[in-house]
Amino acid sequence: MLSGLYSLLSAAIFVILDAVDVAFTEAAVGAGITTVLLLGTLVLTDREEKQATRFSPWPLAVVLVTGAALVFGTLDMPGFGDPNAPANRHVAPEYLADKVPQNPSGDPVTVGIPNIVTTILASYRGYDTLGEVTVIFTAGIGVLLLLGASGRQRQPPPGEVPAPHLQFPRRRKSPTRSSERSEGEA
Amino acid sequence: MKHHFVLRVVAKFAIPFILLYALYVQFHGDYGPGGGFQAGVIFAAAFILYALIYGLDKARHAAPPGIVRFGIALGVLIYAGTGVAGILLGGKFLDYSVLAHDAAQGQHLGILIVEFGVGLTVASVMISVFFAFAGRRPPEG
Repeated sequence: MLSGLYSLLSAAIFVILDAVDVAFTEAAVGAGITTVLLLGTLVLTDREEKQATRFSPWPLAVVLVTGAALVFGTLDMPGFGDPNAPANRHVAPEYLADKVPQNPSGDPVTVGIPNIVTTILASYRGYDTLGEVTVIFTAGIGVLLLLGASGRQRQPPPGEVPAPHLQFPRRRKSPTRSSERSEGEA
Repeated sequence: MKHHFVLRVVAKFAIPFILLYALYVQFHGDYGPGGGFQAGVIFAAAFILYALIYGLDKARHAAPPGIVRFGIALGVLIYAGTGVAGILLGGKFLDYSVLAHDAAQGQHLGILIVEFGVGLTVASVMISVFFAFAGRRPPEG
């Protein structure tokens, strides 16, 4: 629920920054689908965290060091909206002018579509977008493989209530058994 | 959710408009915000809403999992196939300029087809993943 609110808020920020397409994606994916999938995962697993047996300092140290390194890396970055930043000088002017010179020779390509985001995404950066679609394809296949036969209807045992995904799981006494069970099922 | 009468009626009203809006976002992406990714997610959200309100069985009836899984691969195939079509027509891979009689028309056509491939894959993946999550029975205590 919190992540859904967070996504909605960041979508609002993107709108303020005039990045409407990104805001669109954030609102649809982050606030919509992700929240539903997280709730579905919560139904499948336990709602209570397993009690930590002992305090281990190593994960905390790794997180702190990585975070410090990332913050240190931001010190070198150009200022926000700096027109002389490398990202704004390399190919962006050609994209924004909608005149991309072709290699090795030939007229510059002009797409002439009002939404420059679509032009860059689908035409100038077509290879990248093909890669993105392949990533989504691979991720979907992976999830379907991990979760078993996926869409196929599994017959519930007699006496069991149907449509179990709509019901809240009963609070359980021994949280460790869920992992055993899911392993046994898989 | 058999007894939630208001939810059922509102969902029945809303779902066609969600689908229509997804198609608008899909094919109007050249002129306004949006495109294949967003449209695919919105399209899938309509089916997920349907599954949440009316149950998984009816949703499976509306969007048969076999066809949806077929759509996952078909979208990528449409995208890559557009690129290969560019090669066959004498251009380079993913060069849309050769798809129509002049370059700008070809670019428009290519972007439209490619975005449709993107939307198909995204929607199919989202619906399939939701079915996969919702189809598993929660562990019994």
